[in-house]
Amino acid sequence: MSYNCVVLVKQVPDTKRITGKAMNDDGTVNRAALPAIFNPEDLNALELALQIKEQYGGTVTVVTMGLPAAAEILRESLYRGADRAVLVTDRRCAASDTLATSYILSGAVNKLDYDIVLCGRQAIDGDTAQVGPQLAEKLEITQISYVEELLELKDKTISVQRNIGNGWQKVRTKLPVLLTITGDANEPRVWAARKSMKYKNALAPIEVAQKVKVRDPDADKDTLKQLTDSEVKLLEDKGLLIDQWDLDFLGSDLSWCGRNGSPTKVHRIQSVVLAAKESKDVEPTAEAIDDMLHELIVDKTIA
Amino acid sequence: MIEVNRKGEVWVFAEQHYGKLEDTPLELMSKARHLADILGVKLAAVILGAKVGDIPKKLIQYGADKVYSVENPMLEHYQTNSYAKVVCDLIEKHQPQIMVYGATVTGRDLAPRIASFVKAGLTADCTDLQIGDHKPAGSDEIHKNLLFQVRPAFGGNIIATIINYDRWPQMATVREGVMPMPEPDVNRKGEVIKEQAQLSQTDLPLEILEEHKREKKVDLKAARVIVAGGAGVGSKDNFKLVWDLANVLGAAPGATRAAVDLGFIDHDHQVGQTGTTVRPSLYVAVGISGAIQHQAGMSESQKIIAINNDPEAPIFQFAHYKILGDLNEVVPMMIKALKEKTIKEEVVTAK
Repeated sequence: MSYNCVVLVKQVPDTKRITGKAMNDDGTVNRAALPAIFNPEDLNALELALQIKEQYGGTVTVVTMGLPAAAEILRESLYRGADRAVLVTDRRCAASDTLATSYILSGAVNKLDYDIVLCGRQAIDGDTAQVGPQLAEKLEITQISYVEELLELKDKTISVQRNIGNGWQKVRTKLPVLLTITGDANEPRVWAARKSMKYKNALAPIEVAQKVKVRDPDADKDTLKQLTDSEVKLLEDKGLLIDQWDLDFLGSDLSWCGRNGSPTKVHRIQSVVLAAKESKDVEPTAEAIDDMLHELIVDKTIA
Repeated sequence: MIEVNRKGEVWVFAEQHYGKLEDTPLELMSKARHLADILGVKLAAVILGAKVGDIPKKLIQYGADKVYSVENPMLEHYQTNSYAKVVCDLIEKHQPQIMVYGATVTGRDLAPRIASFVKAGLTADCTDLQIGDHKPAGSDEIHKNLLFQVRPAFGGNIIATIINYDRWPQMATVREGVMPMPEPDVNRKGEVIKEQAQLSQTDLPLEILEEHKREKKVDLKAARVIVAGGAGVGSKDNFKLVWDLANVLGAAPGATRAAVDLGFIDHDHQVGQTGTTVRPSLYVAVGISGAIQHQAGMSESQKIIAINNDPEAPIFQFAHYKILGDLNEVVPMMIKALKEKTIKEEVVTAK
C-alpha cells in the first residue's frame, strides 16, 4: 500500500555562521545579517518521506509556517521531489511560541490527508525540539521522537529505531504517526537539476503580488489585484503554484495564535560575554609552566 | 492550563528506567529546593513506574518534602502517552506552580506533550532557574515571583530569560550536568503519597520490540579534571598528547565537536552544546579555539588553562591561564613537570 507523508519544515537563520555583525549592541539578533537556510534536520525528515514515496508510493506534501521568504525552502523541497508545497503565512502568526506554532500547524495538517507526519527533531535557531511532540498532541496521534531509522512499513503499522540517548530502541505502532527525525537518519539528497529547472518558477500568491508590484509600480490597487490573480491562475494551470494558507482559511482560534496564544514570553535577552575574573599569561617555558602547576597544586585544584 | 496558583508546589519529574533513577532529577533537586524555599512552598518529586522501590526515599534524602508515587504495571516501560496522561492528571489535581524535567531524550519527549495538553508554557534546555519579578512592556502590572527560565538560544550566541505569567504551571526542561548534585541527607523526613494511574490499553500505542543500552566510555560529568583537545591537535595520532596529559593528571579526556567530527576521538568524549555539559575544578583546553557551542558546555569550569598558538582564539578571553604557544611543545613540558612533581612528592613522603 502507499502512504501519504506530510513534512513540516522551517526556514532558520544559519546559527553556525553567526559573526559579530549578527548581534546588535543591545544583544538582540540582527536576523538580516544571517543567511536563511533549510533547517538541517528538516532535510532529513524530507529525505525519509521521499524514500517512503519511492519505495511504497503515495505523496509528499511539505508545509512551512513563516514569512513569505520561507517559500524558498518550499521550492527547495519541490526540487528534491516533494509533490506539493504549502506556505502558512499570516501576520497574526508573529511571536508565536512553540505551543501557538503547533496549534497553527495542526490546523494546516488537518486540512491534508496523511498517514505519516514528519518533522526534524529540532530547529537550530531555538533547539527546543518541542513543536513535533506538541503537534502530535494537537493532532491526537502517536509520536515517536528521535527516529534514526525506518525499519519497516507494513499495511497500517510502522517500525522505527529511535535514539534514547544512551542507546537505541526499536518500536512499532499503528498509523497515523508523527515522527521527529534526527540528523543521523540519512544523508539528504542534493536536488535534481531537472526539477529545479521546472520549479524555480514556482511561487506563492504573495510572491506573485510582490513581483507584479515591482513590474508595475504605478498601477492602482485593482489593476495589481487583477494582474496577480491572472498570474496565479497561470501558475496553477502549470502546476507551479505554492499553496498559501492564512489563519482565516485554517479556521484558527486567534486566542491560541501569535503573541496572545503564547504562554512563554521573553523577559530579557543578553549577549554572551564570558571573561575570566582573573587571568594570567603563562609563557610557554618549562619554568613558567612549573610555576603554574605549583599554584594549582597549592590551591588544591589538582591533587 | 491551570490558573496562577501562588500556593502551588514546585515539582521535579523523577525520571527512572527499569527501577533505576536517572542522575538528572537529583541534579535538579538542589535548585528546585532553593526555588521552593524562596516561594515558601513544598518541593515534590513525581515518580512513575511499575515498581519504584526505594526511589521515593532517595528523593526525600536529596531534598524533596513530598513524593507523588504512581505504581502501575502499565508504567513499566516509558511511553509518551501513558506517562503524559498520568502527569497531566496529577497536575490538574494538585495544581503545582512550577514543574521541571531533565532535558534528557525522555524529558524532551514527554514535557512538550504535557505542555500541549495542559496548554501551558514550556522552555527547553534551561541552564539556570531563578525567581524574579516581571513587568510586561506597556503594562503597570508587576508579576511577582515568577520562574525565570534561563537558556542559551541562537546556537548559544545569546542567553534568553523566559517567563510565563498567566498559563501555569511554569514548566522547563533543564540540561543535564548544569546543576551540581546535592549531598543526600539520610535523616531527612518527607511524605510519600501514593497516587493511582487511570490508564487503558489505548494509552500504550507503542510495542517495544528491542532496546539496547550502552555504557558511556567516559564519565565527563563526574570528572574533577578534564583535558580536552580540539581540531588544533591536528590528528588522531597527535591526540595521544591529550590522553597522556589526562593520564598524569588523573583526568578524563574530552574533545570539541570538531575533534570528534575529524575522528580524533569518540563522541562520548564531546563537551559542549551537543555533547556533555561539564563543571570540573580544572579544564585544560588543548588546541581549542573556544567556539560559542563549546563554551556553552565548559564555561562553568572553576579554572581553565588554554593552550593555543592563535592569540585571537576566543578561549583566551575567558581562560584563567593563557599559554600562547605550540601545544606540541607545551603539553610535553606539562607532562614532564607533573611527573617530576609526583616523584618529588614520593621522595618527600619516603623521608
